[in-house]
Amino acid sequence: MTQQQAELSPETVLAQIKANGVTHVVWLPDSETNWLYLLMKADPTIELIPVSREGAAFSTAAGLSVGGKKPIILIQNTGLMESGDSLRGWAIGMNIPVVLMVGYRGYTRHGVIQDTAATYTERFLNAFDVDYYLIENSEDAERITIAFKEAEKTRRPVAVLVGDEYHGFNSR
Amino acid sequence: MIDTTDMLNVFQNHRGDAIVISGRASKHWVNISTYEKRDVPLGDPAMGGHASFAFGLALANPDKKIILFDSEGDVLMNMGVLTTIAEIAPPNFYHFLLDNEVYATTGGQPVPNAQNVAYDVIASGAGYPSSHAFDNLEDFTNNVEEILANPGPVMVALKVNPEIENEPIGRRRRWQTRTRDQVIEDLQGQLGLSTS
Repeated sequence: MTQQQAELSPETVLAQIKANGVTHVVWLPDSETNWLYLLMKADPTIELIPVSREGAAFSTAAGLSVGGKKPIILIQNTGLMESGDSLRGWAIGMNIPVVLMVGYRGYTRHGVIQDTAATYTERFLNAFDVDYYLIENSEDAERITIAFKEAEKTRRPVAVLVGDEYHGFNSR
Repeated sequence: MIDTTDMLNVFQNHRGDAIVISGRASKHWVNISTYEKRDVPLGDPAMGGHASFAFGLALANPDKKIILFDSEGDVLMNMGVLTTIAEIAPPNFYHFLLDNEVYATTGGQPVPNAQNVAYDVIASGAGYPSSHAFDNLEDFTNNVEEILANPGPVMVALKVNPEIENEPIGRRRRWQTRTRDQVIEDLQGQLGLSTS
């Protein structure tokens, strides 16, 4: 694996998002996805909708989706856990086929996870019966398309856990 | 204080073909509206989210007038959404807020600082280009047509009489006339979207 493949390229992630017809990115900043944000901001085909609390991302995405658009939600795992009731009511309860890209703060394949944000992320998703796919490098990026297809097929939210800060820290 | 049913009867005269997310006013609106397929009574998917939902719907359909009947309890739970709405500023979004100063469906406990919160001022401070407050039906009646004739986003804060419910939820009268899935299907039909 080359160094480039070992890292998660934001350009590759954006290409996946665009290939899946995303019209709106409903997001709240996090360190894992800041470089993706800068790229998206420069892309005229995608509208960025900033929210100030992650729960609002789910209800906003529900309105967009019911209204005929294709949103993606871009948040951190900490905010995902804050959003439990909105995920339940506005996404699962409304049959919204939306992909959540979730910055996996604290995740590492090396040693022991120390950050409880990471400790509880997958347990949280399992509790809500939300399927998820982990991406750590650009070779994993096709899993984003898999998530979109699954969301459409099941009419449910599907998560993509971003286990890298676009720096390749897990490859060291 | 304004009676919600009286207010909705006045509003109905000016609704036109707008999409109405009836929120906390739904149990009255279902008996007043004459354009059911453009009504979106969702019940309560998760408290605090109606404004974000309606905002998303407005963004998705900029050629349709989107009207929301929100509540002060919902806005207090998700107040940050006001800044998002103000930044994107969809001109087709009309944000009516029913302020009865209590959590009526849980027995009438007061919301925080119930009698001293000016939601029109909060909306203006968040960046809404236009906001209004009414505590009597006459003033509302005299202004609603002009409010709806001008572009949004606009906040219309209404002091309304509390209608407190103490019955256990399972014993309350069901006001819904359609399932949530049917509401969405009807709406998408009105929006010209495939529902298959």
